[in-house]
Amino acid sequence: MKPKAADKLATGIIVFFALLIVAVLLGMLGFILFRGLSHIDWHFLTSEPQTIREGGGIGPQLFNSLYLLILTMIITIPLGLGAGIYMAEYAKPNRLTDAIRLIVEVLSSFPSIVVGLFGLLVVVQQFDFGFSLFSGAIVLTIFNMPLMVRVTEQAFRSVPKEQKEAGLAMGLSKWKIITSILFPVALPIIVTGTILAAGRVFGEAAALLFTAGMTTPHINFSDWNPLHAASPLNPFRPAETLAVHIWKVNSEGLAPDAIQIAAGASAVLVIMVLVFNLLARWLGRALYRKFTSIK
Amino acid sequence: MKLKKSFLLTLTLAFAVSLAACGNKDNSSGSTTTDTTNKPTSETTALSGSILASGSTALQPLVEQVGKKFMDKNTGVSIQVQGGGSGTGLTQVSGGQVQIGNSDVFASEKMKDEAAAKELVDHQVAVVAIAAVTNPEVGVTNLTKQQLVDIFTGKITNWKDVGGKDQAIVIVNRPSSSGTRATFEKFALGTKTEDLKGSIQEDSSGTVKKLVTETPGAIGYLALSYLDDKVKAVQYEGVDATVDNVVSGKYPVWAYEHMYTKGEPDATTKAFLDYFMTDEVQNGDVVELGYIPASKMQVKRDEAGNVTK
Amino acid sequence: MKSNQDTPLLLRKHRTEEWIGRGYTTICVLFLIVIIISIVYFVATKGISTFAIDHVSLSEFLFGSTWSPDDNKFGALPFIYGSFLTSLLAALIASPLSVCAALFMTEIVPNWGKKVLQPVVELLAGIPSVVYGFIGLSILVPFLRSTFPGQGIGVAAGAIVLSIMILPTITSIATDALSALPRNLKEASYGLGATRWQTIYGVILPTVLPSVLTGVVLGMARAFGEALAVQMVIGNAPHIPTSLFESASTLTSVITLNMSNTVMGSVQNNALWSMAMILMLMTFVFVFVVRLLERRHKL
Repeated sequence: MKPKAADKLATGIIVFFALLIVAVLLGMLGFILFRGLSHIDWHFLTSEPQTIREGGGIGPQLFNSLYLLILTMIITIPLGLGAGIYMAEYAKPNRLTDAIRLIVEVLSSFPSIVVGLFGLLVVVQQFDFGFSLFSGAIVLTIFNMPLMVRVTEQAFRSVPKEQKEAGLAMGLSKWKIITSILFPVALPIIVTGTILAAGRVFGEAAALLFTAGMTTPHINFSDWNPLHAASPLNPFRPAETLAVHIWKVNSEGLAPDAIQIAAGASAVLVIMVLVFNLLARWLGRALYRKFTSIK
Repeated sequence: MKLKKSFLLTLTLAFAVSLAACGNKDNSSGSTTTDTTNKPTSETTALSGSILASGSTALQPLVEQVGKKFMDKNTGVSIQVQGGGSGTGLTQVSGGQVQIGNSDVFASEKMKDEAAAKELVDHQVAVVAIAAVTNPEVGVTNLTKQQLVDIFTGKITNWKDVGGKDQAIVIVNRPSSSGTRATFEKFALGTKTEDLKGSIQEDSSGTVKKLVTETPGAIGYLALSYLDDKVKAVQYEGVDATVDNVVSGKYPVWAYEHMYTKGEPDATTKAFLDYFMTDEVQNGDVVELGYIPASKMQVKRDEAGNVTK
Repeated sequence: MKSNQDTPLLLRKHRTEEWIGRGYTTICVLFLIVIIISIVYFVATKGISTFAIDHVSLSEFLFGSTWSPDDNKFGALPFIYGSFLTSLLAALIASPLSVCAALFMTEIVPNWGKKVLQPVVELLAGIPSVVYGFIGLSILVPFLRSTFPGQGIGVAAGAIVLSIMILPTITSIATDALSALPRNLKEASYGLGATRWQTIYGVILPTVLPSVLTGVVLGMARAFGEALAVQMVIGNAPHIPTSLFESASTLTSVITLNMSNTVMGSVQNNALWSMAMILMLMTFVFVFVVRLLERRHKL
């Protein structure tokens, strides 16, 4: 009877802890959404923040987060894909390849604050890009590239050998095989991985404090020339993202509704992460269906 | 094999060159392109160029707001304000990366390199006063200098020793590098203090306020603009921490907000700094954002802390 | 199929394509290498200058417990201690919870457990750290303040926030390891009449232990480097805490608090870079340990 009792007890404990985790998440989500959703409306999402008055919004921050995401991906995707393809198709199993793999691993586990400080020292000050979207994008690229490399490598390795051999038999060059045969097959996994990696851009704050800055200068949303200082598209202007804004409002906010703004912005942030998660799954599945069924 | 290697080398070089080129390109666009032929005789004279300011997060909202107004008046001028903290502002203005470095403290107090600190020209645009604040429940309305020193050095650990409730004192301090702390220690305590074990340290005024509001027995210090009825601002030596008392010199715990330039400013930057000192800005934006106008001060203070009427 | 005359042309085309492909991918890898070398170089030169240029003694920095830059005392032990303490505590809290979650998903109710818990865990991983800090400050700190002695802010609050943050890391690795177990292993145990707990305790856990440990180390690495969420709830007093409910500092929290207030090149600023260097070196150590564990796992 004793082992049975122990079994029941252990099962109970395991189930309890598992449910506890679910409860903690639901509690946190509930807290954020409950406190935040009531504050979210069109005005909040589009208007500029206020320094001391009530009723400030998160419009520029929301735009900055999205734009920074796009900038980062423009740099990350080609570089990450290239390095991943190299690791999967060109790298020979030797010491150098092992070393590169180690580099990818180390790079992906660097604390964000260390990479942020590196960005402050080198990109912001040495290269004199200042606190800008561009500096932020470079730093985020350093974070996202290892992820991209790993995802790409795995995706290419998962392609059945026969497909590659078929390409070789047709007399195609290796590069041609990679781009026209392997890449489409690997694409669903790459897309899913990329979107998940992109989600990290939204949440990152520590590194951006030192690189993209904590200020949003006045942005003129009717001027779309990237070379103008007040244009939203100018990559060399300082830009506070949503996550950084939460940090700032929480710690320095003078507006009387600072807490509601922080809660509202947190809710928006969490919803965006949720959307990204769902989008990644959906797109991955859709692409997979498209490429595996009859074209 | 040889070909391949040289190809690789070329590519690496091209990569490096393009990186360097990027750096240079921005260098030139970041620096001021001032039209020196136009003298800033009046505000209607066309000014042009760009001004980059960085530094103190306490001063940042003011510079941003005034900058926006200045740009409306002078359409050829572009002003960008970045945060980063006083240290960053001083580093960058000294290194020539920005035209204006905003700081909560005198440059000589922060910078190790004295020669570099001497190169910087100080422009005092506003005054910030700091008040000791407590949790409203502790029941103390006035603290003397000695009492404050005893509290912040850990000699007094219970509010009943300074006339309040029987409640342990919780200190919410700032990190040792903070300008606010430097001001508070210099002018309220008159002495540097050690960090006490178990004390809380927060750099940001919002967090300090939140913690003082919520934690029973807490004491901290905040700029006047952060004060409201959630925290109790205590009198210092019987003097209320009000704007009037600061202006008249009765309340001593205040400091200038500085905007540093490296050497004398160029025409556009000078026009901007001059605009800062006009009555329109000093009585308007400065007051609106909770600072005290530097132009109204009836007392002056030098770097060593000597006050003159 | 192609005629002989075409071959040189085709070959040439092949060769150009090969060059483009190989060249392009090599540049990308070179970029990775350049990045890591420059990070290590810049952080290390800055970090070492505290000792080389400012002549702060290394032993004082590592073992001195007084951090008082105004008096030229740069003992970083409280921060190093705080970082290790919080990440160890976080791992201690998170590991059993994660293993339970993983067992729940793979052994107890494999069919629907995974459907419920998997998205939950992924979501936990996706919540940004500032939001964790915000929740910690709004819910956890007031709760700790009213329940335990102290001000609510402190080591315990930091460790709990961190433990929730690293839970997904450990859980997903443990789950992968558990689902990769060969079926016959379990079936043999059940066949011998063992209960589920006996099977889990006697067969499953010992087999997956190295993988779970890998997850724990990765989780600790994340906790060690996490900055904002911890800084918001830990209190930041530069002292070695004597109680879990006392304010303390970590390497990351002292860097975020002071970096922007200090001028580049000053001793205090350099000392902060030395702490960043310690964070970097610890990353190497964590990666090394993970590799060791993986190697043992393979054998």
